Amino acid sequence: MRAQFVLSEIWIGLRRNLTMTVAVITTVAISLALFGGGLLINQQVSQMRQYWDERVTLTIYMCTEISNSRTCEENGPATDEQRQQIQQDLESMGQVKSVEYVTAEQAYKDFQERFSNNQAMVDAVRKGDIPDNFRVQLEDPTKYQAVADEMEGRPGIDTIYDDQAVLEQFFGLLDGLTAAALTVSFVQLAAAALLIGNTVRLAAYNRRKETGIMRLVGASNFYIQLPFLLEGAIAGLIGGIIASGFIVAARFLLLTRIQEWFQFDVTLSTGSLLSVIGVSLILGVLLCTVASFLTLRRYLRV
Amino acid sequence: MIHFENVTKVYTTQKHPALENVSIDVDKGEFVFLVGPSGSGKSTFLRLVLKEEKPTRGRVHVAGKDLARLSNWKVPHLRRRIGCVFQDFRLLPNKNVFENVAFALEVIGKPRRFIRKVVPEVVELVGLEGKADRMPDELSGGEQQRVAIARAFVNRPQILLADEPTGNIDPATSIGIMKVLDRINRTGTTVVMATHDAAIVDSMRKRVIELEEGEVVRDQTRGVYGQAY
Repeated sequence: MRAQFVLSEIWIGLRRNLTMTVAVITTVAISLALFGGGLLINQQVSQMRQYWDERVTLTIYMCTEISNSRTCEENGPATDEQRQQIQQDLESMGQVKSVEYVTAEQAYKDFQERFSNNQAMVDAVRKGDIPDNFRVQLEDPTKYQAVADEMEGRPGIDTIYDDQAVLEQFFGLLDGLTAAALTVSFVQLAAAALLIGNTVRLAAYNRRKETGIMRLVGASNFYIQLPFLLEGAIAGLIGGIIASGFIVAARFLLLTRIQEWFQFDVTLSTGSLLSVIGVSLILGVLLCTVASFLTLRRYLRV
Repeated sequence: MIHFENVTKVYTTQKHPALENVSIDVDKGEFVFLVGPSGSGKSTFLRLVLKEEKPTRGRVHVAGKDLARLSNWKVPHLRRRIGCVFQDFRLLPNKNVFENVAFALEVIGKPRRFIRKVVPEVVELVGLEGKADRMPDELSGGEQQRVAIARAFVNRPQILLADEPTGNIDPATSIGIMKVLDRINRTGTTVVMATHDAAIVDSMRKRVIELEEGEVVRDQTRGVYGQAY
């Protein structure tokens, strides 16, 4: 096998079809960038899920004098007996990992700390506005509904508030984004495959004289097809490298921004970034090579 | 070297067979003219030898191999033992004489040192010494055909197939081409030449096989183009 000969054939082929090659590279780059972006968001979401699953709590607010829900008005403010009963019941439930009682004073302090950078919020809330509450950690945060149903409507309980419900909305949005990015990327990848098929067909037609002679003098099928396959692979690789640039940019510009906004203490590791890039590159090269191969089987009779 | 046994070839698009029940034996080192009007089956015969087509019925043996039993991936190796020359030369216009001949060796993976040694020898054999760096469009038709013959012969095939090699060349130049083919034949290479050129066939006094509508109508050891009677 003469490497120099094959390389010069590839170079000639890529140059002859320059516009098509550029089209292929662009399509591959865009589709892989979307694909990689989808994967990246997906990984980020699953990491955030993990992070939050450990921290997600079910908060049970108790009735006070100022509570205006129906159960509170019927039963009046929660009594110490009711609190003890509720704590006992919660602790005896299988799904519950831990129960913490927070007094109204403590709740007020926590609130002030959490919003220490927002003076308006701190000023607006006075001591006693936040009722005393139970913070319940669950074994499986998705099972919050069962616990909530159990507690709902008991005398002394005002409202049951679950972090998961809010987070689900946020995660739902991200999941939607991921699905959209992946769907678009697959459509694009299919378009890229067709485009590669066309490019290879053109290339095969352009070089039919050469390939005809190669066939006659007994060049092996592999040798005849190799330049075309490598052309596809190189176009895929270049597209993949450009896409990697986009992916790295997305990671550092977009995801970092999101993390700052939501104050999530989760950063994607370099390892997972590299694995996303690796998958994208391999997919790009593989897709282009396979598309070239399938086209060649039809248009380069050997 | 080439052995056809009751070979029939019917193309799917045609009713009439291109070859019908043809049995031909060509021995090693023979020089054979294949004559007959257009559409008589000459080209089909050559294509069957190259395994570009498969016979509808009958057996084809080439260089001791039963082509029906030859798997597809071995076909390139069969073709390395067969050189081909065509009426339209089929040279690569962007490569010079040396590169055109060398191409045949490059694509079967021969080392460069070997190529640099044998290509000039063959270029000289076909009578193009000193013209190795010319481009095809700088050569006459006869010279271009010599390049094509050099390319077909550079790998020292056992068989040389020529499909009307003088079809695009004037009679005077054709004689030169025939001398080259004769020279190649004298090295022990079997030559099968399909042609319309009566003058050449008559002058060479070689074996002549005449095809008509896909059938062998004449097979003479030292024949002429026209009917001998």
